[in-house]
Amino acid sequence: MTLADGVQLVSTLILAAMVIGAALGVVLFDNIVYSAFTLGGVFISIAGLYILMNADFVSAAQVLIYVGAVNVLILFAIMLVNKQEVYSPVPRRWIRKLSAALVSAGLFGLLTVMLLQTEWLPNAAQTAPDSTVILIGEHFFSDYLLPFELASILLLMALVGAVVIARRESIVGEDTAIVGEQPAPVLELPERPREPVA
Amino acid sequence: MPLEFFLLLAAALFCIGIYGLITSRNAVRVLMSVELLLNSVNINLVAFSNFLDRQNINGQVFTVFVITVAAAEAAVGLAIILAIYRNRDTVDMEQFNLLKW
Repeated sequence: MTLADGVQLVSTLILAAMVIGAALGVVLFDNIVYSAFTLGGVFISIAGLYILMNADFVSAAQVLIYVGAVNVLILFAIMLVNKQEVYSPVPRRWIRKLSAALVSAGLFGLLTVMLLQTEWLPNAAQTAPDSTVILIGEHFFSDYLLPFELASILLLMALVGAVVIARRESIVGEDTAIVGEQPAPVLELPERPREPVA
Repeated sequence: MPLEFFLLLAAALFCIGIYGLITSRNAVRVLMSVELLLNSVNINLVAFSNFLDRQNINGQVFTVFVITVAAAEAAVGLAIILAIYRNRDTVDMEQFNLLKW
């Protein structure tokens, strides 16, 4: 085993342990803010694993989109719904937790048995391409052109939809214009004024 | 590292995500669990692309698409949570019985 292989092995093991530990933290922490930060740890560790699997472009996209956008978005959502509420106890909730844990463990056992019994045929003879960016770009503009364009439409719809859903209740359809006043502009969605915080 | 190691890691992450998805009471934590599920699938795709299909990396292209859809899903999901919070004044999943007969 050369030095490079040893470094790769050790860093893979460390990153895998970080992924599992941080994911358990996301699920098990009581404080939701701690969960959000450990979720950032999961994303960063997965980006490291991508680098170890020769996927540099995907790794950069993971850091930019997941850590930079999704995690920040989740933190903002936590701040916006920041209410220290004591959840009312639900009777026999531990049964649900126990059965969920059993189902998850059973699923993990099933997947483990399946993927250890399957004989994968790794193609070690092939060498990794020089630049994944060029290859991914060629894929995007040749055989994956339609999904690529559809993704842009999906992002536009998600952008507009998120704005429409998250805004305060609009007052379209109610009689808001008083006679003699200027009519409301057509391309404007009036919304209710924010109630003063009690 | 063999391929099975990464697949096992992805399976473990997926099961943790499933557990969080079912048992969380905070709606934001449910969204975080969905992100865990999507990430485990991404690990699978990149691992297959690295070990079985090195020449033309189709798995990485799929991963980029999954990341795109995950970002859109997070934005819309958090907007829905904000709207429900404004109507119901809670983020407790046990209180969300809007579609329950």
